[in-house]
Amino acid sequence: MGHVRPTDEQFFRTMIRLRHVEKALSDLSASGQLRGSLHLCEGQEACPAGACAALEKEDYLTATYRGHGYVLAKGTSLDKLIAEVLGRSTGLCKGKGGKMHLFDQEFGVLGTNGIVGAGVGTACGAALASKLDGTNRVAMTVFGDGANNQGHLMECWNMAVLYKLPVIFFCENNLYSEMTPLSRSHGNINLSERARGFGLHTESVNGNDPHAVFEVVSKTADRARQGQGPTFIEAMTYRTTGHYQADSGTAYRTKEEVEDWRSRSPILLLKQRIGAIAEEIEAEELAIVQASVTKALSEPTPNPNQAMTEVFA
Amino acid sequence: MSLEMTYREALAKSIEEEMQKNPEVFIMGEDIGRYQGTFKVTRGFVEKFGSRSANYNYRILDTPITECGFTGIGIGAAMAGLRPIVEFMTMSFSILALDQIINHAAKVHYMTNGEVKCPIVFRGPGGAAKQLSAQHSHSMDGWYAHVPGLKVLCPATVADAYGMMKSAIADDNPVIFYENPGLYTVKGEIPDDINYTVPIGKAQILREGKDISLVGYSRMTQVHLAAAELLAKDGIDCEVVDVRSLLPLDTETIYNSVRKTHRAVVTYEDWRSGGFGAEIVSRIQEDCFDDLDAPVVRVGGLNVPMPYARNLELLCIPSEEDVVAAVHKIR
Repeated sequence: MGHVRPTDEQFFRTMIRLRHVEKALSDLSASGQLRGSLHLCEGQEACPAGACAALEKEDYLTATYRGHGYVLAKGTSLDKLIAEVLGRSTGLCKGKGGKMHLFDQEFGVLGTNGIVGAGVGTACGAALASKLDGTNRVAMTVFGDGANNQGHLMECWNMAVLYKLPVIFFCENNLYSEMTPLSRSHGNINLSERARGFGLHTESVNGNDPHAVFEVVSKTADRARQGQGPTFIEAMTYRTTGHYQADSGTAYRTKEEVEDWRSRSPILLLKQRIGAIAEEIEAEELAIVQASVTKALSEPTPNPNQAMTEVFA
Repeated sequence: MSLEMTYREALAKSIEEEMQKNPEVFIMGEDIGRYQGTFKVTRGFVEKFGSRSANYNYRILDTPITECGFTGIGIGAAMAGLRPIVEFMTMSFSILALDQIINHAAKVHYMTNGEVKCPIVFRGPGGAAKQLSAQHSHSMDGWYAHVPGLKVLCPATVADAYGMMKSAIADDNPVIFYENPGLYTVKGEIPDDINYTVPIGKAQILREGKDISLVGYSRMTQVHLAAAELLAKDGIDCEVVDVRSLLPLDTETIYNSVRKTHRAVVTYEDWRSGGFGAEIVSRIQEDCFDDLDAPVVRVGGLNVPMPYARNLELLCIPSEEDVVAAVHKIR
């Protein structure tokens, strides 16, 4: 399809915006203005930035409860996303979906998901619809290393290969399935090898390099559009926060390990590469995110009668 | 003009006509294509909608034996704008797909405040057949009718199988379509009209009577019709209320009957304890208390896993005799 690969500066802008969003949400959670689980993706920003830049606006996406970065990178309005996370009537789902359930039909976003691995079926179904309708839309589904142990995922892999579905299985391998290392949850920690066992074409990529992620997703999306079927991409990355706001992230891994990854986080590497302009971009994006949060906080929560609407179409 | 056929043939005709009308409608499930389905509802479909030699016919999509996986794929296709019909070889197997049905299909419209629709039909034989034993004989209707966001249809007659299937396919919500295996060979008439539909959420009176209301759905409605014949010989005039749709539930038709007869028996094949009939009884007693001359009685399946031996199995499924006994208890 030939998307132009974004520049370092463009990737930095996408990623630093996501970092500011997470910082703002984290602060709101700490001060009690935001309740419920908050799953941050600090350290993993290169995956959404690289992957979504390689997709068309109408391509389908499903992701995990840690998937807000993908939704933003796909093109969804920052204001609507923030408003949804804050439970406002102006949010993507008018405050009825929440942090784990972000949908945006305009950009093909068929949901982030609260159930590990469950959005994989949705993406495969969208890919089947694309095949039946002949629309040539590709579906990308994002999941973590932990989801690789879910039966639903393996069932869908099998059918994606069988029906040659135009779907990309994008696995963020951040080495920990929630709070458990792969060595204690996966009988075989070689995830690509497992996927190949299903007949999937596989690719491995440094998930902390947005350019590399862009290239591999572009290539596999082209492959899918040409009718060559699904691909499993294993993107190696690392989450430098806890699994969610109540997890310090250091009970099951050392502080040194986390600091080591933090010292070479993708945002830091890009920042060093682009030089002085980084500060300028960072300040601009901070202002945009702060304005969005301020705006959302001033917006109304849903009218009480909304609790009983839209149960049925 | 009307046509005589079996419940099974009426379902097939309905699905086939809707697939001919609308290219967005397709059917998927285990062995539904080349093998034509275990209960033969999709007999002849492969030839009508493609070719037998093609490796995959995407409108008559044979799936592997992976209920959770293919249910998720059906739901995704529905969210992307198609209108899938998912066949479960038996509804008992849909237990493997509960996360996808309950957490995804049923909730997506609400979670997105109406932005995303999920027009999908989950259908298949539900309840006991003959000696399919404990794991293949579930009545899942009440389980699904507990879930906001699903519609649950349990047609009892051939005409309803035909007309309600058309309504289910046209509906923009996920619909659970329950076909009791004991009904597939029942014969009846359907109108000779490919545009015939039966509105979802409307109960019907299949036999008028003044002494007692027999309230049920699916095959239990047929049991009620037979029981009403037996009771007529004893001089008891039964009104048979066919609920048809558990969710949404047409309470008005049920209440109007109870207000006329002042007595009711509610029969359901599911386990008696906590089954959907218990919900119907609860609503009648809440809303029609002053109209009642006797407690409303439940006739339900025995609270045990379905035993294998035929004599034990028959003990577990409500029969005409059980209904007659229940009526005599309050009349």
